Amino acid sequence: MSLELRVKNYLQLNLSLLYWILIAPFTGQFFKIAPIFRQMVFIGVRAAPMVALTAFSIGVTLAMQAAHSLESLGAEMYIPDLVMLTLLREMGPVLIAVIVIGRSGSAVAAELGTMKVSEEIEALEVMAINPVQYLVVPRFLAMLVMLPALTIFGNYIGIMGGWAVCRFALDFNTAGYILRALESADTWDLYSGMIKSAVFAWIVITIACNAGLTVEGGAEGVGQATTASVVQALLAMLVTNAVLTGIFFFSA
Amino acid sequence: MSISEDSIIEVDELVRKFGDRAVLDGISFNVQRGETLVIMGGSGCGKSTLLRHMIGSMKPTAGSVKLFGEEITGMKEREIERVRLRFGMLFQSGALLASLTVGENVALPLFQHTDKSPDEIEQIVKQKLEMVGLTGFEDLKPDEISGGMKKRVGLARALALDPELLFSDEPTSGLDPIMTAVVDQLTLNLTKRSHMTAVVVSHDMTSAFRIATRMIMLGHGSIVAQGTPDEIRNSPNPEVQQFIHGKPDGPIPLNVSQEEHKDHQHVRPRPFLGGRFRFHHKHS
Repeated sequence: MSLELRVKNYLQLNLSLLYWILIAPFTGQFFKIAPIFRQMVFIGVRAAPMVALTAFSIGVTLAMQAAHSLESLGAEMYIPDLVMLTLLREMGPVLIAVIVIGRSGSAVAAELGTMKVSEEIEALEVMAINPVQYLVVPRFLAMLVMLPALTIFGNYIGIMGGWAVCRFALDFNTAGYILRALESADTWDLYSGMIKSAVFAWIVITIACNAGLTVEGGAEGVGQATTASVVQALLAMLVTNAVLTGIFFFSA
Repeated sequence: MSISEDSIIEVDELVRKFGDRAVLDGISFNVQRGETLVIMGGSGCGKSTLLRHMIGSMKPTAGSVKLFGEEITGMKEREIERVRLRFGMLFQSGALLASLTVGENVALPLFQHTDKSPDEIEQIVKQKLEMVGLTGFEDLKPDEISGGMKKRVGLARALALDPELLFSDEPTSGLDPIMTAVVDQLTLNLTKRSHMTAVVVSHDMTSAFRIATRMIMLGHGSIVAQGTPDEIRNSPNPEVQQFIHGKPDGPIPLNVSQEEHKDHQHVRPRPFLGGRFRFHHKHS
């Protein structure tokens, strides 16, 4: 497939997604709620343990690195600031998106790709069931809710990781850590991370669904599409992150 | 006007090219209400491509396809959905959704397109599964049943909305002789009693002659012969005779040449293991 055609396919998927979410409900074609919850469990709830482990490790690592550098300046009291701000603004949204790309994005691409090669997508079309409405909308909405939710959860666990280092390896007490952390961040730090993670959710799920729905050529094609969806989603997500950071924190 | 009102399908000068090669080269035929049209022809002769144009999932290079008197070739996706509600399609593999149970598969069009209550839908699903001899299989997943059973579930699903028109892609391949007879009888009942129209792509000559009211034989992208089953059986055309009697020798070439395959990338022959194999070979 040529690059031009791929871009066209991707844009078409986005347009048709917007149609089914924003316009179709007003013409009486509501999307069903049950499949959205099923996808939320799969995309979000089942990923929670992995997210927790990742976020905790990142929190611990950040605190240790901060301690190492800030100690020489005699500025250990700023460790909570660094952990909090790094997690809320950058590490939380990005790393949790990485986990979700690897786990849920690839699974969605493989599932839809398998459906495509086994004629299931064509069967849906012939039954006058729109594949975007039936398959993509529930996954999209589930991702749009669950990725920011996982990010909040991950931020919390990551801050706990920082606390563990400060409390048990350094001279912080729990109240001091919490106060310092809360003082350093304002709500915009949280919101900027949430906006990022919602944008990532959009990127990840549309790339995964598009890769699945445009699979060609059997099992081999499904494998290639899955790999491609992970690579493309990672690159798109990281570039977008740089752009958003530029807009949020560097443009004023 | 009465002729075109009863014409369920009108295909006129249908041309479909992949690259330079015309897979369908000016095909025209009509199907009247209540008819069972069997389309036959060797592998790669364009049967499936023709079927895909009739259900609107492929757009022709030229020519027209009318279903129920409406031109579908220029239709947008939203418009074509309205036409698709009036016909059912049985895919060669059954094309059941692997994530749903057998019962949910048959219920899917009913849930999506009707306002029936879950109880009513359950009744219809039971009745449709009984029709294809699969009572009690509702709660199994498609990967827990055999290929022939999947196909019968696919048929039950295609009939769920009581369509006026049924397309079947090789409905009897992979079925045992008894089940083949059952599926054929079902098609006959539906066309005779409910005036359903059927378009069947088939390789199975016994079954084809049993159900067909008219037959079309495709070859090289055009219609080689068409007529009633008797006309086809007595056709003087050697290609037709070779095909319906399954003889290895005759005017139909044994292999599709590589030339003709060059636009189908997935069947393009590739060098096996390429240079690596030769490298090992030289040193061993």
